[in-house]
Amino acid sequence: MSYQTILAGQKYTFENVKEVLAKAGEHKSGDVLAGVAASSDMERVAAKEVLASMPLKDLYENPVAPYEEDEVTRMNIDGLNRTIYGQIQNMTVSDLREWLMDYATTNEDIYRISKGLTAEMVAAVCKLMTNLDLIYVSSKIRVTAHCNTTVGERGIMGTRLQPNHTTDNVEGITASLFEGLSYGCGDVLIGLNPVNDTVSSLAEVLKRFDEVKNSLEIPTQICVLGHITTQIEAVRQGAPCDMIFQSIAGSEKGNRAFGFGKETVEEALALLQVHGTAPGPNVLYFETGQGSELSSDAHWGADQVTMEARCYAFARPFHPFMVNTVVGFIGPEYLYDSKQVIRAGLEDHFMAKLSGIPMGCDCCYTNHMMADQNDIENLALLLGAAGVNYILGVPTSDDIMLNYQTNAYHDIGTIREILGLRPIPAFERWLEKMGIMENGRLTKYAGDPTIFLQKGR
Amino acid sequence: MLSSEEIARIADEITSLFEMRKTAPSNEPAQAAYHAAGRENQPAAKSEGGSILQQKEEEKKQLEQVAGSIPEADTEPDRRQPLLTDPADPDALRRMMSKTTARIGVSHAGPRLKTQTMLKLRMDHAAARDAVMMDVSEALIDRLGLLFTKTRCEDKNTYLTRPDLGRDFDDETRKLISESCKHDVDVQLIVSDGLSSSAIEANAERILPVITEGLKERGISVGTPIFVKYGRVAAQDRISELLNATIVCSLIGERPGLATAESMSAYISYKATVGMPEARRTVVSNIHKDGVPAVEAGAYIVDLLALILEKKASGVELQK
Repeated sequence: MSYQTILAGQKYTFENVKEVLAKAGEHKSGDVLAGVAASSDMERVAAKEVLASMPLKDLYENPVAPYEEDEVTRMNIDGLNRTIYGQIQNMTVSDLREWLMDYATTNEDIYRISKGLTAEMVAAVCKLMTNLDLIYVSSKIRVTAHCNTTVGERGIMGTRLQPNHTTDNVEGITASLFEGLSYGCGDVLIGLNPVNDTVSSLAEVLKRFDEVKNSLEIPTQICVLGHITTQIEAVRQGAPCDMIFQSIAGSEKGNRAFGFGKETVEEALALLQVHGTAPGPNVLYFETGQGSELSSDAHWGADQVTMEARCYAFARPFHPFMVNTVVGFIGPEYLYDSKQVIRAGLEDHFMAKLSGIPMGCDCCYTNHMMADQNDIENLALLLGAAGVNYILGVPTSDDIMLNYQTNAYHDIGTIREILGLRPIPAFERWLEKMGIMENGRLTKYAGDPTIFLQKGR
Repeated sequence: MLSSEEIARIADEITSLFEMRKTAPSNEPAQAAYHAAGRENQPAAKSEGGSILQQKEEEKKQLEQVAGSIPEADTEPDRRQPLLTDPADPDALRRMMSKTTARIGVSHAGPRLKTQTMLKLRMDHAAARDAVMMDVSEALIDRLGLLFTKTRCEDKNTYLTRPDLGRDFDDETRKLISESCKHDVDVQLIVSDGLSSSAIEANAERILPVITEGLKERGISVGTPIFVKYGRVAAQDRISELLNATIVCSLIGERPGLATAESMSAYISYKATVGMPEARRTVVSNIHKDGVPAVEAGAYIVDLLALILEKKASGVELQK
């Protein structure tokens, strides 16, 4: 079914819902690369006009990947609450946008409606929102989850501490870990990206994290982000593990390119429910990022925002503890500059929260993008205002293993202080016990990684 | 530089904080009490103000060096020096810093980075940006006797956003390659800027003769070496097809990090064809002075090329 509109005397025609969605998106280099972007700003606005008056029913009936051929579409459609969908199906995308913005619309109202939204609807409304719209609506939404502690409560801004090392040297990892703890980081997760994706290497680091967590009595979560199958094997062999991680995509084909499927995640979940070190119930961690589907030719001719929204549809039934977009990691062919990365970070956070996902963000960039640390500091502050569950922290912003930059350990304390936000309460009490924090602010004793050596290593 | 008023104010602040700590109630958090106790043994607070002054002098010096206002190149500050001045365990801090190249022990100015840390990050990012955006010099291409070619990318910007165009050549360039280069050789060597021209400037001149001579000594035929500007790895597949080379080996600049902007990799493919899976390539990465030095890497690559020629396979097929 085609869609038409007339704008400034010119007629614009779009073949189908997928084309409207793609062309209504803000400009992204990845959509240009895929050949699906609007060819002019006028065409973009024309697509937005068409999208604004489109009933949600049209989006439900036209998933970008066919139901019969794609697991993610099936999970999305089959998992929908029919009653709630029935109540909203005749709303237009514009109606949905204005309802989300309405003073009377609360967190609970949004949670209810989220059960009737498909990924395509979530992506559609995102494309009609300005950056401040995205921040405003996100700030209404709170999505909490519990593993050892609870993430996502109002007034809290957490961190994943990422103590990566060029050779997975356990002492070097511990050194970066202590530096991060001393700046009040690590309340959501202590999580390493390993160089060596082997069972023994993962187990060695997990064991160290577990020792540190237990000996210092840190109320947090631990994870080593190997491939999901490697982590499963490590847990089977007795490695201590609070959470299992996997990078996910918005199509079955994309997930297969990552080397897993729905059944692998189900296996991980079942394993942790029996052998995990955390009570849960939320024991999974996913990472996403616009453009990853195109990079494995698994995008079904759809735009990267819509494919990103479908990641959350995949994640939702597994009730993860945490999900974050690694927003600027993919490179300039997908997100060209700071404008695109900041937009994408706000979009991903909004779409995930609207989908009921406990969302964080790795506010990051690579050195071949047109962005620098200033841009990433901007994004982190904007997301802090939007109520993001967590951001990442590495020593001084430089990740020596992944060769990219994200937020510095120093940034989280700064943003918490500016916005009046706190760490996860149990973790804050621990920081107070360690003398690092007082009345929600870092003390002058923060920043000394050697203070943990007395009790720990 | 701090004014004397500012220094006096800082000293007073420290004194008052110090006094506060000493009289802290007994239910004070354990760690803070530990710190306060540690400070009992230190000189009086006023002289601590003096040490701040000294420290600021020191920082100013280092800062000037980082910022480049002192011309001598060999006076760069030692990044391994902790900026944290009074850790609970100074020996432990040094030990921790020796275990990782991550920038730890950096201390802070309020919640933010100290100026020296911030400027060093900026400097490393600048080096990385320059590595991406600058071109390999024509002089180097001439010295190495490389045939100059360019992919379908017209400029760096197109290169960064259109990986598809960086994998192929226009008709004229294809003709040039086909007519100027030896066909049917065992090994076709390619040098390409990729994402770091600095990597090529730093390593190519050291590694290329080692590989070329090494192969000749083993009786392996080597083709006319080619330089590919705005090149992606897969440009080697087109060259392989044009020249019917048994093996193509591309030396290409890797995406720079802050630790080094000079990292190069070698991507090696047996009977490469356009559109073949990436898993068919063998990769030697991390070639730079602080990783695998170029000369050493060159010798290793010669052995690897001989093995690939013998096994008639590269990538995952070689590992079998």
